[in-house]
Amino acid sequence: MAEAPVPPPIETSGLNHWFGHGEARKQAIFDVSLTVARGSLTVLMGPSGSGKTTLLTLMGCLRDVQDGSIRLLGQELADASERRLVALRRRLGFIFQAHNLHESLTARQNVLMGLQVKGGRVHAGDRDAAAAHVLGLLGLGERMDYLPANLSGGQKQRVAIARALVGDPEVVFADEPTAALDRDSGMNVVELLKRMGKARGTTTVMVTHDNRILGLADRILTMEDGRIVEDSVRPHR
Amino acid sequence: MTWLLTRLFGRLPIGWLQLTHNRARLIAALAGVAFANVLVFVQLAIMGSMSIATGQPYGFFDARVMISASDAESLTDGSNVARQWLFQALAHPAVTDGMPLFVGNVTIQRGGSTMSLTTFGVDPTRPGFLSTSVRPAAELLALPDSGILDGRTRGLGADEAATIGPSSPASFEIRGRTLTIYDTFVGGGGFGVDGFLIVSDQTFMKLVQGRQSAAPDHVLLSLAPGADPATVAADLQRMISDQSLRIRPYDQARAEDIAYQQTRRPTGVIFGFGVVIGILVGLVIVYQVLSTDVADHIREYATFKAMGYRQRFLLGIVLEEALILAAMGAVPGYLVARVLIGAMRKVTNLPLELSLQTGLGVFVGTVLACALSGALATRRLASADPAELF
Repeated sequence: MAEAPVPPPIETSGLNHWFGHGEARKQAIFDVSLTVARGSLTVLMGPSGSGKTTLLTLMGCLRDVQDGSIRLLGQELADASERRLVALRRRLGFIFQAHNLHESLTARQNVLMGLQVKGGRVHAGDRDAAAAHVLGLLGLGERMDYLPANLSGGQKQRVAIARALVGDPEVVFADEPTAALDRDSGMNVVELLKRMGKARGTTTVMVTHDNRILGLADRILTMEDGRIVEDSVRPHR
Repeated sequence: MTWLLTRLFGRLPIGWLQLTHNRARLIAALAGVAFANVLVFVQLAIMGSMSIATGQPYGFFDARVMISASDAESLTDGSNVARQWLFQALAHPAVTDGMPLFVGNVTIQRGGSTMSLTTFGVDPTRPGFLSTSVRPAAELLALPDSGILDGRTRGLGADEAATIGPSSPASFEIRGRTLTIYDTFVGGGGFGVDGFLIVSDQTFMKLVQGRQSAAPDHVLLSLAPGADPATVAADLQRMISDQSLRIRPYDQARAEDIAYQQTRRPTGVIFGFGVVIGILVGLVIVYQVLSTDVADHIREYATFKAMGYRQRFLLGIVLEEALILAAMGAVPGYLVARVLIGAMRKVTNLPLELSLQTGLGVFVGTVLACALSGALATRRLASADPAELF
């Protein structure tokens, strides 16, 4: 008997979104329909105000779907309960442009928060080891017990990336993740995301203005005025 | 501490880490909680001392039922009762004996100072109505113009009180008469008087003007072994022809007196209000600290929401902070209050006490108040919108 086909991690159909009410109501997303393949690195580009971040937050179930449909990891987000949304968020990884680290937690503790949310009876030592491993991959092995106040902007961003990746997410949503990093660090991060895509099937959707990393993208979506105006699929390497 | 709390909670103690991250704010918060604790402890000690001082004179006597006038809310106020009711009461088969009790106020002039004493006139031929601590001096009370004095009377001095005894009595001038004090007993000043004096009913009539032996303030009754005071009091209420009298078990009279002082007398209400103010101050301080803390970390909380943490996890952080503040603030509050109360006791001679039981009670109250403040502060968490992070 043939196995049921695995649904794509992200599917949107006829997606529209507005901000504001009454006369101040303004449409930010116009009829966006797209399918994101599993394990791919998709880059969202476009000028400021073109709707990239709004689309990212809609797909990441951080905003309510007003019109149209989004299926994330096979589940419809429109009218989904808060409980279901919370459960879905635990399968995702978020990398914010402003790192949003907890100032009173060390780098290691911040990363542990990304594991703790998964729940389950994981030995504390195993969690520590997993956090240390990811921080080591991102070149922060010597800074694990530093508070964010004692880290540079780039180091904070790498801690935030480690926090997003440590729980082995199925989809990573990233907003300008390399903006605070130098070229080498930025490339390392994107290559790490690519490796995760290949090895574990992790799907990444990334908003960026950083042309240096476009060469690593599997697909580039360009947005203008709330619409996808260009969809460029890159050949796999 | 972080390691211990991590094991205790089964997660990172984020509340603890947040509080200790900003030491200056933590110290200010703890000082606030401790201050509120001190307020509550001191007010409770004063209220408690009022209860002790009110109930203390009841302890000088040994009775089962007390007959008082209808307007007698306490041992020291109200109209007189006719002694004839004592004789009617003795007709009840369970009543074995009775004694009229006279209560008045006597002032002793000593040099430039005065001692105001609540004075009890008792029948020295009925020592069974005196408590075991007072009873040995009953024979001495039979002597004319004699008495026994509260050794803790304000203005007497512990050294002077220690020298008074049957072989070395002290004399005091009262309204031109010489009163010889043959012994002391353990009492203690209250809010309205400096101490207590016990004399015979005959001496009482000489010391307190306008009193008649046929009209005592109360009548004390002893009962046969096994007799129920409440039942006998109810029987007497029906038997005695003056239906307006208050006939109550002795212990009930003491409890009602304490309740009257606490809830209906201005001093009691004021002290009770002080406790409420202390609790409100604590609530406001803790709410302010937690509410500011939530506002300062709102982006971090929103990040947790985006990561998939539930609202109740965030509530747990705020409540964790509230409980830590309660626990850490209660200890210095208790210690400072003990010092203050000890100093107040020395100065006022009031029976001010701060028991461990009161300390634990206030700690539980502090935890509840902090939890309430925390719960109010968490309303701000609703504004932590993860979509705003991008």
